[in-house]
Amino acid sequence: MAMTMTQKILAAHAGLDKVEAGQLILVELDRVLGNDITSPVAIREFNNMGIKDVFHKDKVTMVMDHFAPNKDIKAAVQCKMCRDFCSEKEITHFYDVGKMGIEHALLPEKGLVVAGDVVIGADSHTCTYGALGAFSTGVGSTDMAVGMATGKAWFKVPSAIKFVLTGKLNKYVSGKDVILHIIGKIGVDGALYRSMEFTGEGVKSLSIYDRLTICNMAIEAGAKNGIFEADEEALRYIEEHSERKPVIYTADPDAEYDEVIEIDLSSIKSTVAFPHLPENTRTIDEVGDVKIDQVVIGSCTNGHYKDIEEAAMIMKGKTVAKNVRAIIIPATQDIYLRAMENGLLKIFIEAGCVVSTPTCGPCLGGHMGILAPNERAVATTNRNFVGRMGDVTSEVYLASPAVAAASAIAGKIADPAKI
Amino acid sequence: MIFTGKVLKYGDNVDTDVIIPARYLNTIDKKELASHCMEDIDKEFTKKVQPGDIMVAGANFGCGSSREHAPIAIKESGISLVIAESFARIFYRNSINIGLAILECPEAAKAISNGDEVEADLDRGIIFDKTTGEKFETKPFPAFIEKIINCGGLVEAIKKGEIK
Repeated sequence: MAMTMTQKILAAHAGLDKVEAGQLILVELDRVLGNDITSPVAIREFNNMGIKDVFHKDKVTMVMDHFAPNKDIKAAVQCKMCRDFCSEKEITHFYDVGKMGIEHALLPEKGLVVAGDVVIGADSHTCTYGALGAFSTGVGSTDMAVGMATGKAWFKVPSAIKFVLTGKLNKYVSGKDVILHIIGKIGVDGALYRSMEFTGEGVKSLSIYDRLTICNMAIEAGAKNGIFEADEEALRYIEEHSERKPVIYTADPDAEYDEVIEIDLSSIKSTVAFPHLPENTRTIDEVGDVKIDQVVIGSCTNGHYKDIEEAAMIMKGKTVAKNVRAIIIPATQDIYLRAMENGLLKIFIEAGCVVSTPTCGPCLGGHMGILAPNERAVATTNRNFVGRMGDVTSEVYLASPAVAAASAIAGKIADPAKI
Repeated sequence: MIFTGKVLKYGDNVDTDVIIPARYLNTIDKKELASHCMEDIDKEFTKKVQPGDIMVAGANFGCGSSREHAPIAIKESGISLVIAESFARIFYRNSINIGLAILECPEAAKAISNGDEVEADLDRGIIFDKTTGEKFETKPFPAFIEKIINCGGLVEAIKKGEIK
C-alpha cells in the first residue's frame, strides 16, 4: 500500500516494510527532548522505573528555556533537578543558561535533527522539525521518561492532509501568515491526530525559517506532525549545521490523503489571530482599530534571525508608541550574537524596545512580560488562549514579526506595508 | 472498569492553559497542581469537585501544551473519568500514559448535562446517564492501550513487563 512521507519514516523506524493509518506501532527514536518544566516530571517517572542509564547519552536532550534564567526559587529547583540528572547520566546535550536557546530554534541550529529522524519532545511544539524532513512530535513527560529509558515510543500511524502550495509570498508576508491562514481555514482541530504534509511548487520559495514556523504551529491545528520533504534548501541548511547524514523520505505518488488543500501563497495577506483561539483569524485589512499595550517578538515560532531582522528593518529609525512595551527575544545565543554584530540590537534599543536573553518567558505567561487585567499584546508567539500571557482578562493577538513590529510603532495592530 | 459519578461539564477547546495555568508549572507536586486545576476557566472547580466525579466536555479537550501536569491535575483533583466529543492528541496519550481514564463519545458528551449522575463501563465502551436514562456506546480501546490503562499507566506497564 502506498504511504505518505510520515508513514514511510515511521515504518522505517518500526522495522516494517509498510504501515497503514490507524496501526499501533513501536518506533525507535533518534532523539528524546525535554525542557525545564516537562523534564522534572519525566525524571520522577524515569527514577520510578528503577532504570539506571538513559538509552543513549547523545540522543537525550534537555534545554532549560521555559522559566530560565530561573524566574523564582521553585523554577530554580526544577532546573537544578534537570542539571543534576544530566550530570549523573552524563547526557551530552544539556543546554543551560549561557548555552541554551529556545529549544525548537536551538536543536536545528545545533544540528541535532536531520531529515529522516524520528524525534519526540515533551513540548508540544516539537513538531517544528518537520521543516527539515523529520518526523517530530510533542508528547508528555511519561513518554519522555520511557523514551529516555528504552529509546522507543508507541504511535498510532496517522493519516494525512496534503497541502499543495503554489505561488510566492508577497512582501511582508511570511511563514506565520501562511500557518495562521491555514489554521483559520481548517480550525484548531482541523488536523486532529493527522499529519500535515506540505508539498507543491510553492515550497521552494519558502525559506527554511518560514517552514520551521509553519511546522511549529501544526499542533495549533491539532496535528500530530507537520512535514516538508527535504529539498535542496533543507539539505543545505542541514549540511551547514550537522555532521549527521540526512535520509530523505518521499511520499508515494499514489499515497492516500484524507484531504488535499491547495494554497496559493501569493493570495495570502498578513494575518492576525484574535483572542482566544489561533483559528480566530482576520487579514490585516479586517482587523479594525485594536489598541495595544505590549508587543512580544520572539518564541520558538518566530525568534529566528530572519524574524528578528525583519522586525528590525521595520523599526529602524522609528520609535515604539507611547504606552507600549516592546519586548524582543532572540531565540538562541547565536541569533542574539548575530543580531548584536549586525547592529539589530542597536536599532531595537534606539526604538525603545527591550532586548531579552533567550527564554520562552512571556509566551506561556512565565515571566519577562506578563499582562495586567484587560491588557492587550500583539505577539509572534503561538497561542492566544485565555490567560496565556497573564491575567485571565488579558488578550493576545498572534501575528508575524512584521505585523508585530509595525504594531509596536503604531500603538495598535498595524499593517507593515503602511508603516 | 466501571466508573460512577456526578458530572462537571465544560465546552469546546478546553486548553491545557486553563486546566493548569503555566504560572503553576514551577512545581511537579501533584497535590499543589490539583489545587489550581481548571482555575482560569472555573474558579469554583476545586471547591465543587468530589472524588469520583466525571468531567464531560466538548471537542478538542486538552488542546495546546504537552504539559502532563494537566491530566495529572485532573486525576489528582479526584476526577475519575473524562468524557469528551474529542481529545487533543497529546492530552489523549498523556491520559493513557498516566492512567487517567478517558472516553471519546460525541453523542454522550453532547447529551449529558452538568450535575447528571453517570455510569461508564470502560471495557465495554458503554456510558449510561442515570439522570436521564439515556445510554451511549463508543468504541473500546485497542488491546495495547487497554493493557496500559489496566496496568495504571505506561511506567507501571513497563515495570510489570507488559510492554518491552
